[in-house]
Amino acid sequence: MTRWAMIADLRRCVGCQTCTAACKHTNATPPEVQWRRVLDMEVGEYPEVQRVFVPVGCMHCADPPCMHVCPSTATKQRADGIVTIDYDLCIGCAYCAVACPYQARYKTDEPTFAYGDGPIQSEAARFDAGRIGVATKCTFCSDRVDAGLEKGLTPGIDPEATPACVNSCIAKALHFGDVQDPGSNVSQLLAENQFFRMHEELGTDPGFYYLWDKKAESAA
Amino acid sequence: MSFGPKPWQQLHWDERAAANFMLGGTGAGLLVAWAVSSTVTPLWQAYVLAGMASIGLGLGAVWLEIGRKLRAIHVFFHPQTSWMTREAMVAVLLFGFGLAALASGVRVLGIAAALVALGFVFCQGRILHASKGIPAWREPTVTAFIVTTGLAEGAGAFLAATALAGGAHWAGLAFFALAVIARVLAWSRYRARLEHGASRRALDVLSPAGRMLVQLGTIVPLVFALAGLALPEFSSTARVFAGLAALGAGWYFKFVLVTRAAFNQGFALPKLPVRGSR
Repeated sequence: MTRWAMIADLRRCVGCQTCTAACKHTNATPPEVQWRRVLDMEVGEYPEVQRVFVPVGCMHCADPPCMHVCPSTATKQRADGIVTIDYDLCIGCAYCAVACPYQARYKTDEPTFAYGDGPIQSEAARFDAGRIGVATKCTFCSDRVDAGLEKGLTPGIDPEATPACVNSCIAKALHFGDVQDPGSNVSQLLAENQFFRMHEELGTDPGFYYLWDKKAESAA
Repeated sequence: MSFGPKPWQQLHWDERAAANFMLGGTGAGLLVAWAVSSTVTPLWQAYVLAGMASIGLGLGAVWLEIGRKLRAIHVFFHPQTSWMTREAMVAVLLFGFGLAALASGVRVLGIAAALVALGFVFCQGRILHASKGIPAWREPTVTAFIVTTGLAEGAGAFLAATALAGGAHWAGLAFFALAVIARVLAWSRYRARLEHGASRRALDVLSPAGRMLVQLGTIVPLVFALAGLALPEFSSTARVFAGLAALGAGWYFKFVLVTRAAFNQGFALPKLPVRGSR
């Protein structure tokens, strides 16, 4: 059984926000909506201060609270673990947004554009009225994944079948692949490195892993 | 160990959602309070109607908040796991029994509506409990608090209404006293759990509202109720004030809980990156 997952190597991320820009470009999200965000955290107290860049977004949890609370069944989970939203079913109650421990969901009640009240040419061309008044979030670029698989490509390896944020990462901090396949790129990274998942104690079984150190030689 | 940005107040649910919890709880509590003293309540249809109206107004307020109003019927699609769907379904049942009671004049149907109202306010508690992204809401004891405060608010409304109508119902008064005491006990338990949970900031916001709940929503109403018993000439006035104080304190607390104390989970890093290791 496939389960698509994403990895962010915190040692490599430089906070350039290219993934954020690539996501916005690919998915045509409006201003202030960032399905892929990079947090800029300052940790500790002088002189022991560290700056950490943390990519966040929908964690595509195996046990997603957003799906359980959704009254309209708009939020669903595919067999490959990707959590989806059916914009035609969603009523925009935002229950999913308060149920998500990762602040990954957005709801835009009015059309908003980068420059003033009207859309620029590219925004007009890609405006989707179906996304107004409903919940939206990262899709793991499921359309790219599906189209790539149909062509026999491997998501996470072949760029055409890989989420835009991963493709764009300048530091190779982001990775995507099938975490259930022991031979996949992501499984290899998890085998070689120490990792954690955000708010794991909440039992959501997130599909987003953060690498923070290599494994000790004896344990590797 | 947490290094993340501090949690911030959620902005998805505002006063309209809070109104659903306030009016829904009060309407359900009013129906239950009426049912407890139904055998001695004249003009009983007025209480059933008022309870349903309050719940209906609350649901109307939350309808104003949803993004796709014409699709509201979709709220019924997920009874398997969604407490919002269950709340909506229970509301339909409640209105069915209530309207049947009003149309037929059979009190038992009104009492059935009151029993279903208990389920309605329970659903409201579970809606908050299932909101995993808000630590102050997901605390399990919030359900008991939402149920008891709904009962206390409704009992307060019933006490004030019966006093204004010129009636005196021991059952209603006793239910009122029990409800406000149960509410303050539920708040105490909820508060204790928040103290040890991840909701310190929420507790900082909730504590003043909690003090008001204890003082204005519990002690003052009980003193007024007792004063009304001791001084029969002021009985009606005392019961009106007692009821309104319990109602207002409950409403204020729920307003704060939904719109001021709903800090989200924020982000946290259990480990920091060890750079240069790869």
